[in-house]
Amino acid sequence: MKVDSNFVRVNSQAHDASSEVQFYWEERPVTARQGDTIAAALLATGVVHTRDTAVSGASRGPFCMMGSCFECRVEVDGELNVQSCMRVIEPGISVKRQRS
Amino acid sequence: MLNVDVCIIGAGPAGITAAIDCTKMGSTVVLLDEQPSAGGQIYRSIKKTGHVLGEILGPDYLYGAKLVSEVESAGVQHIAEAKVWRVDEDKKVFWSCRGKAQQLQAKRIIIATGALERSFAFPGWTLPGVMMAGASQVLLKTSGLAPKQAVMVGTGPLLYLLAVQLIKTGNPPIAIVDTQAPKQYIQASRYWANAIKGRKYIYKGINLLLQIKKAGVKHYHRATDICADGVDKVESLSFTCAGKKVVLDAQTILSHIGVVPNVQLTRALELDHSWDPLQRCWRPTLDEHYNTSLSGVAVAGDNSGIGGALVAEYQGHLVACEALYSLDKITKDEWQKSTKSLKQQIKQELVIRPFLDALYTPPKQALTPVDKTIICRCEEVTAGDIRQYGRNSSYGINQIKSFSRCGMGPCQGRYCGQTAAEIIADEANIAVSKVGYFRIRYPIKPLKLGELASLTPIDKSFIQQYKDQGQ
Repeated sequence: MKVDSNFVRVNSQAHDASSEVQFYWEERPVTARQGDTIAAALLATGVVHTRDTAVSGASRGPFCMMGSCFECRVEVDGELNVQSCMRVIEPGISVKRQRS
Repeated sequence: MLNVDVCIIGAGPAGITAAIDCTKMGSTVVLLDEQPSAGGQIYRSIKKTGHVLGEILGPDYLYGAKLVSEVESAGVQHIAEAKVWRVDEDKKVFWSCRGKAQQLQAKRIIIATGALERSFAFPGWTLPGVMMAGASQVLLKTSGLAPKQAVMVGTGPLLYLLAVQLIKTGNPPIAIVDTQAPKQYIQASRYWANAIKGRKYIYKGINLLLQIKKAGVKHYHRATDICADGVDKVESLSFTCAGKKVVLDAQTILSHIGVVPNVQLTRALELDHSWDPLQRCWRPTLDEHYNTSLSGVAVAGDNSGIGGALVAEYQGHLVACEALYSLDKITKDEWQKSTKSLKQQIKQELVIRPFLDALYTPPKQALTPVDKTIICRCEEVTAGDIRQYGRNSSYGINQIKSFSRCGMGPCQGRYCGQTAAEIIADEANIAVSKVGYFRIRYPIKPLKLGELASLTPIDKSFIQQYKDQGQ
């Protein structure tokens, strides 16, 4: 997937291929860094819109990054309402935009 | 069930310090924290050896390495990724860890749940790409991520600190849209004596502002009418500055107008709270040793009132002292001696706060936002909705919560409670302290039914008992 993100990795020199983890966003493969939370990995790959609200369908994305605001909820391997800023990426997980 | 002397909730500087002291003096301790490693948000992702971006994050951050290394060497029982969702008056504590609920019984409880960023609700603040400044700092600490060409909006020390950190990463913000009003300097000048006594913080602040200036970051002052625009994500920030409307392209907007105590747990426990007019927030009512209105429950750190990381550390020592004395682990003499000097240190370190609180009060726009602004992000309730109910002064804040659903989403009012109270106070023309606050109910974090059921082992369940009786 083409990376066109609003965020850059500051410590890119301290990085090698062994610290990469593959996962899926909306069924497309993406690469993250080991230790990234799902929210951080998505922001790093250019995804800011991670959820549609249940009330009006408005788009939302990570906001507080510390587990308090619940804006960054996504679907992970079929499980709904996973706080993406609180869960670290595991290889091969399938992450989807939460639409309900 | 696990039985311990002291259960500490929150592994920031206050919680860590209290846990180390209590463990060292022979108490059984459990330290519960939501994040994968100890440190709290201030020392997030710090290791014993420091941090790969230590130079960017600065010496005040690296100082935390000492604390997290002591947590390990003292042998503190630290349970990470533990979401505390209930604490009972008899000091039972319930939490969930990776989908499984657990409980313990403590003799003493120390609540060290820190602070939350104060919500800056402006039109468009719910668009993806608008984040809190603290969120950007977490991304830097945890994943080494810096936003490209961010626009920063608001006011307060954290905003300027983050700006300098971003400058050092080589990704300076394109602008700081400052909401600080000139009258705040006049108000803060009343506390000049405090400023002189706490001058080390003034020097730090001036140094930050100088670095921002030197880096050539455009700094707009006295901005009003802040509004973010975009379709599915943020595209621009508009505001009024010196009588002119300014529009800036922005893919990332970082907002910040200070921090407030995280009182979710102390509220759910129905402890007494008092209104702090200067910090403009609620804080638990405490005695001089940080004991709450419930015997055996103490509070330390920013959730006792904003004081910063060093104050939190002293408060952690102080509440540990209280706990150890009540558990007969230290003598009355030791308790008296330690608490006396700690109270003195806390007082000295807090001396700067009234000056800073007056200098960085939240802008009027954030307290009483325009009608179309969403206040409750979870349930999409606007300032106008609240205002409509607020006009009828016979409604209390909890009735308005029920009518509007404001504060009834998964964040449980963490990011709307204060704004809703300010709007009601303004509309009904009464003091915010009289408006009160949302009644917070357990569980204080969303809890799945399966998690709740996991508290009872399958062989102890009712169903199993019926089966055993042959029914």
